[in-house]
Amino acid sequence: MTVLSILTYPDARLQRKAEAVQVFDDELLKFVGDLTETMYAGPGGVGIAAPQVDRHQRIVIVDVRPKLGDDCHGLMVLINPELMAWEGMAVGREGCMSVPDFTGNVIRAERIRVQAQDVSGRERSFECEGFEARAVQHEMDHLDGFLFLDRLVSRKTDLFRRKNYQKS
Amino acid sequence: MSQALLTVIGEDRPGIVAAVTQALFTADCSIGDASMMRLGGYFTIMQVIDYSRDLGSVEMALDPAIKRLNLRVHLDPISSVAVAADLPNTRVTVYGADHPGIVAGVTGALAAIGFNVIDLESESSGSAERPLYVMVIQGYAPDGIESVRKAVLPLREKQGVEVGVHPIEAAVF
Repeated sequence: MTVLSILTYPDARLQRKAEAVQVFDDELLKFVGDLTETMYAGPGGVGIAAPQVDRHQRIVIVDVRPKLGDDCHGLMVLINPELMAWEGMAVGREGCMSVPDFTGNVIRAERIRVQAQDVSGRERSFECEGFEARAVQHEMDHLDGFLFLDRLVSRKTDLFRRKNYQKS
Repeated sequence: MSQALLTVIGEDRPGIVAAVTQALFTADCSIGDASMMRLGGYFTIMQVIDYSRDLGSVEMALDPAIKRLNLRVHLDPISSVAVAADLPNTRVTVYGADHPGIVAGVTGALAAIGFNVIDLESESSGSAERPLYVMVIQGYAPDGIESVRKAVLPLREKQGVEVGVHPIEAAVF
């Protein structure tokens, strides 16, 4: 397997919308292996999306075991993922391999349900929460050309958002 | 390149940021860390600037904006102190009926455990009869978040305010 090189901002290719995967073949399997290797080699090592390595297809890999141990889904290969449901909001500080040396506050859903295909094209469904849900949402944003920089909120917003959320 | 800390205060109105930054741009300055916000009826700017010529030419460039918008400006040359390496790991939120001593009480408890305040924003709001005080502090707690909880949660009763302590974890994806 190969560690692929990561595009970093500002690079216009990070803003391209990715295409759906149509063909589930050995080449895809090999690419997913390389992408997984690249993720584990990165500074965060818990998530990656194909556009970050200049392949503009709807492929996301998340594995938050380095952070949560076995209290998660482990390695998730999400091909053509769709967000089916979400609830709750939480503020968290995010950084990105494609945006070195900068972190910022972003609001994400706390719980999500994602429908996706696996590497052989089978339909899968995952329910994620907390840190894992945040990682999936962060990576899925890459498929639509969004970086966490597009979703930054101010520090002051945090408290008021949290209060509103608790009341509802 | 030399560095200075520029402070600007003026009655709030549209165009202050534009006028100040345009003047800095024409004087070949570049802007680093900045905090610009309205406090009371005033607009305030504090920012680190890099300037290539002398401070006199920076002041001269700012002069028309100062006169037109009735601003007060202060320029402090600063030596390039290395940027502190401690990132905030804890956020403390405080809100409650406004009364004297909230900030002193909370920050006193934090200082006692070596907590370094990196960012503090607060706001007095609510009506005149029921004033409300809201404060958000971000900083670095050398002994971790539990030490912060132990230090500030007793203030809920002592000060009659709501106090929240939340971890700030920067996750790199």
